[in-house]
Amino acid sequence: MAGLELLSDQGYRVDGRKPTELRKIQARMGVFAQADGSAYIEQGNTKALAVVYGPHEVRGSRSKCLHDRAVLNCQYSMATFSTAERKRRPHGDRKSSEMTLHLKQTFEAAILTQLYPRSQIDIYVQILQADGGNYSACVNAATLAVVDAGIPLRDYVCACSAGFVEDTPLVDLSHVEESSGGTQLSLALLPKAEHLALVEMDARLHQDHLEGLMDAATRACKDLHAVLDRVVREHLQEVSTQLGE
Amino acid sequence: MRETPLSNCERQFLVQAIAEKKRLDGRQTYDYRNIKITFGTDYGCCIVDLGKTRVLAQISCELVAPKMNRPTEGILFFNLELSQMASPAFEPGRQSELVVKLNRLLERCLRNSKCIDTESLCVVSGEKVWQIRVDLHLLNHDGNIMDAASIAAITALCHFRRPDVSIQGEDVTVYTPEERDPIPLSIHHMPIFVSFSFFQQGTFLLVDPSEREERVMDGLLVIAMNKHREICTIQSSGGIMLLKDQVLRCSKIASVKVTEISELIQKALENDKKVRKEGGKFGFAESMPNQRITAYKMEVAPVDTGDIGKKAEDLISNTEPPSEFIPSPVVCAPGTGQIGEGLQNSWGLDEKEDGEEAEDQTIEEELQTMDVKVKSVNKEDPIVLSDSEEEDVVILEPKIMKKEVKVQARSTAASKKKKKKKPAH
Repeated sequence: MAGLELLSDQGYRVDGRKPTELRKIQARMGVFAQADGSAYIEQGNTKALAVVYGPHEVRGSRSKCLHDRAVLNCQYSMATFSTAERKRRPHGDRKSSEMTLHLKQTFEAAILTQLYPRSQIDIYVQILQADGGNYSACVNAATLAVVDAGIPLRDYVCACSAGFVEDTPLVDLSHVEESSGGTQLSLALLPKAEHLALVEMDARLHQDHLEGLMDAATRACKDLHAVLDRVVREHLQEVSTQLGE
Repeated sequence: MRETPLSNCERQFLVQAIAEKKRLDGRQTYDYRNIKITFGTDYGCCIVDLGKTRVLAQISCELVAPKMNRPTEGILFFNLELSQMASPAFEPGRQSELVVKLNRLLERCLRNSKCIDTESLCVVSGEKVWQIRVDLHLLNHDGNIMDAASIAAITALCHFRRPDVSIQGEDVTVYTPEERDPIPLSIHHMPIFVSFSFFQQGTFLLVDPSEREERVMDGLLVIAMNKHREICTIQSSGGIMLLKDQVLRCSKIASVKVTEISELIQKALENDKKVRKEGGKFGFAESMPNQRITAYKMEVAPVDTGDIGKKAEDLISNTEPPSEFIPSPVVCAPGTGQIGEGLQNSWGLDEKEDGEEAEDQTIEEELQTMDVKVKSVNKEDPIVLSDSEEEDVVILEPKIMKKEVKVQARSTAASKKKKKKKPAH
């Protein structure tokens, strides 16, 4: 789109944020009573809902069952009303399958699957409104849902996207910034040890800028971790007061 | 059908070899296998061999209506298929995760990095644009499909020629290859994938994993770069956790490899151009080396025999000479003889028959060196392993046993040997 400045001269982005500023995050845990764990997160205008069932017995084919670990079953879908133009296929197309694989890979690294051999953990994520950072919102929502379900995790999994415009790394991209065709890096991080569960990058970036971009994304993930941690603690406080402890 | 599962021994063997920095085919950690690029008779058709992994790429084009939101850009369509001849594990029909993963990686890399100028593919804005279709088929799977596929795709795109088009007012004329020479696509840069496989939770790293190594790896990191050191795509997969410096180190290794591979592709393209211009023979049939179809020939693999003499001497000097093995005869009861150090026989037979049993046991140890003469001197009494509760058996004629063990023929059917007892008088 001609004439759209992603980064103004004063250093402000299209929506008025600074380059290292995250969008406003609001999250709730325990949204559904029926599921083992559920969470809802809003990152700016992107809204994601995650539901976790498990660990339970392996459904479907017995052959998928692993003798020493739990099997992870993920599904990522976008609601048909989530994008500007109505999506015809909510899931099953190539992009959604790829996202599903990435989610699965991320959580296989983070969940202690060795504790539940021969069982299955389901993670379903639904995007209700897509405004950039779909993968990050999914991962953050799923982390909260897994914590809500009481499944042991190595650490929080915090994900954030980052882009590169005019030699400045921009953090937490919105849809406008994503579709401009610039560099996009998605990172899923376990904050304490700075382990990367997933690294994904698109579009050209010179090798020398890679480190700066990864550092910016790592810092943003750590900020996100602080927010998620606070949400979990508040939720726990609320639940414990309701239980009268 | 499902692929044969990998046995635990093989898995352990591979992991241990990698831990000692050894690979099955003798490569170093950062070495690629031999890459061979051959072109077909048509433009836009090429086969890439990466070791034994083989990918065929074919480019085709047609005029279509453009996408609604991009009326001035041509369309690129990628399709990678894992054909059943590549591996018994690939089944027809159902799209597996691997296919989705590979296709998406290719799409993201070649489309998002804008390696092809799509604006130049526009014929009539909003009505007719060229749709370039890249079809890749995996012909043989020996690991690292991604790299081979990316090399094949980009080489074929560079090789391809599309028909010439001229527009006069409202008329669009598409010339056939006979009327006007077809023109090549405009390619900005050549992104090439480099795959890194991780073992033992990220401790060990290998470039260009073969099929066996892929089976035992923990995770994979794929980096696509072009020779201008621009990273086009990074993708980590598998359940491993990486550190930032690992990713940075891999990107440095990738830039070196990509430069080498880019040169190779350039050379191959130039060779082919030269051959076509000079009117020589080109095409797949010509580029396959002359082989008898009924023979399976392996490529000559270079083996470093430089210091083999010295190595052999080192080995010999370090090992001790085999000890003169003169076993003192071990008998189960006095009055019996035994050849070979067999285990205590567990057949539950009488001890008397021990001698016979012992004979039948295959004796490898001392009979390695043929004609082992076992002489027991008077002073050495045979060691009696008997746990018989009988009283000491008194032999009326104390015999000093001098055994001569001769091995006649070591046949697997029956190892017979003659045992001669020569009583010494």
